[in-house]
Amino acid sequence: MTVYQPPGQPGSVVEFRPRYEHWIGGEWRRPVRGQYFENPTPVTGQTFCEVARGTAEDIEAALDAAHAAAPGWGRTPPAERAQVLLRVADRMEQHLEALAVAESWDNGKPVREALAADIPLAVDHLRYFAGALRAQEGSLSQLDEDTVAYHFHEPLGVVGQIIPWNFPILMAVWKLAPALAAGNAVVLKPAEQTPASIMLLMELVADLLPPGVVNVVNGFGVEAGKPLAASPRIRKIAFTGETTTGRLIMQYASANLIPVSLELGGKSPNLFFADVAAERDAFYDKALEGFAMFALNQGEVCTCPSRALIEGSIYDSFLGDGLERVRAIRQGNPLDLATMVGAQASNDQLEKILSYIEIGQAEGAKVLIGGERVELEGELAGGYYVAPTVFEGHNRMRIFQEEIFGPVVAVTRFDGFEDGIEMANDTLYGLGAGVWSRNGSTAYRAGRAIQAGRVWTNSYHLYPAHAAFGGYKNSGIGRETHKMMLEHYQQTKNLLVSYSPQALGFF
Amino acid sequence: MPPDTHSQVAVTAAAAELLRELAAEHGPLMFHQSGGCCDGSAPMCYPAGEFLTSAADHRLGSLTVDGLAPVPVWMARDQYAYWSHTHLTIDVVPGRGSGFSLEAPTGRRFLLRSRLLTDEEASALGR
Repeated sequence: MTVYQPPGQPGSVVEFRPRYEHWIGGEWRRPVRGQYFENPTPVTGQTFCEVARGTAEDIEAALDAAHAAAPGWGRTPPAERAQVLLRVADRMEQHLEALAVAESWDNGKPVREALAADIPLAVDHLRYFAGALRAQEGSLSQLDEDTVAYHFHEPLGVVGQIIPWNFPILMAVWKLAPALAAGNAVVLKPAEQTPASIMLLMELVADLLPPGVVNVVNGFGVEAGKPLAASPRIRKIAFTGETTTGRLIMQYASANLIPVSLELGGKSPNLFFADVAAERDAFYDKALEGFAMFALNQGEVCTCPSRALIEGSIYDSFLGDGLERVRAIRQGNPLDLATMVGAQASNDQLEKILSYIEIGQAEGAKVLIGGERVELEGELAGGYYVAPTVFEGHNRMRIFQEEIFGPVVAVTRFDGFEDGIEMANDTLYGLGAGVWSRNGSTAYRAGRAIQAGRVWTNSYHLYPAHAAFGGYKNSGIGRETHKMMLEHYQQTKNLLVSYSPQALGFF
Repeated sequence: MPPDTHSQVAVTAAAAELLRELAAEHGPLMFHQSGGCCDGSAPMCYPAGEFLTSAADHRLGSLTVDGLAPVPVWMARDQYAYWSHTHLTIDVVPGRGSGFSLEAPTGRRFLLRSRLLTDEEASALGR
């Protein structure tokens, strides 16, 4: 199996700059206040580059560049805008390995996953929105023989996007692709935990994007994110993160009367109905993999299936087989292609997960496997590794109700359909859910009854571009992916036209 | 940290020291406990009044820090329904990133440590 060399080492497929400025107006721009922050890799805990520490002044400069670019980009014919997205996609695909290793180094995720999911999905989302844009049509409504309502799609103008650290490049592309396709210019603020891979991407596609169409300002939330979210110079703010910041962003947006889209996480139930275990076949094997999916991306996924609800009659046997599957997970050097679970993205993330493992035990939940920090050897000793952990408890415990954002699943049993659905819906959130059953009617009824924006049915953790993603309840507002996203980044212009020569007769 | 039987929240010495630093720069402070993903399930520290609380929020108590006005700690009421049996201590760890929380640029991160309320605390708090 291949083990990639760390970026910058002899034989590595990618190299980071020692320092990244902001990307504004199609060029590197020094931060106005001249400050930088250190960016460690979660793989070893060692700093590998410095990143510009943006402030309100840098956000203003980025907004200047975006406002200069937006009118021209918005007027660019759809076919040309689509072509730009396709070229970006091609360039990314040509540099798949470099981007994947960079992503792994910045975030801590296994390169196996970045190669198979993060980067190919980002490429596909760009291509999808290039196609969706070309196929998008306005409408006309004939109101009477001489009166017609035309509906045109127009870009919003300049939009702000604040992205998370769990899939830095993919989440950036989820937001950028529809916004750019729809003809907007963007100011994007990456997460301060993972500021570097997106800069590498910007450099890679610098010659493909018109200057100012995408501007990236790094920095801390309070210093760079807040001035962007609170700016009266954006026409929309999109954010992925948590509930308190989501509310704060809505508060700022309300002052400027602009729309928000928010993706705020979840505590996704993964329901296994008894008939799953009717046979020990390929489907059963797939369901066990579905159980182990909580460990994907170290559990740092908003839709992490972090509550496994297993029907009583198969509880012991299915859980036993599930634990065996978890035991087989390989954790280690994220740059090793055989590694399935890598490092948590930051030290405070590690600490938070450990604090939840502690309260879980204090509440009486039982650790069935894992439950501890993993100390790897050599260079990796300083990295942030947590063993995939399975808790057994009940749904009112805090570990069943709060998003831990780590490789931790809380397991309990349900008795019958109604009980399963009630438990699945006993949560503040409603982003994702999983339903596993060989019976199509059971799966359908469960899927419709669960209050969540996406119910994976006999599957989990698939993220195709042509399926809408977003939350019910406290999980947020709006959707991502799917062609409907174009309209999330567009205004509706109605031309109401009379072709009649006759006065209305009022005056 | 000796348990304060009249409060559901407490603060460690290290977190209190960081609060004093932040207050010197930003003035009176408040906390709102977040839920959800990424930087979620973490206490967010803001200048007092920056985050608009409402009837949708529950005030867990206030932190007493020498030299500072009491620092109120809030949580969404629906979230509190799942937390009400636990005692929360705000601590600090080295870290990075925290929504718009004030401490992020210092390279430290507030972290919530939880334990179950004792029977005595629970009855004092009317649980």
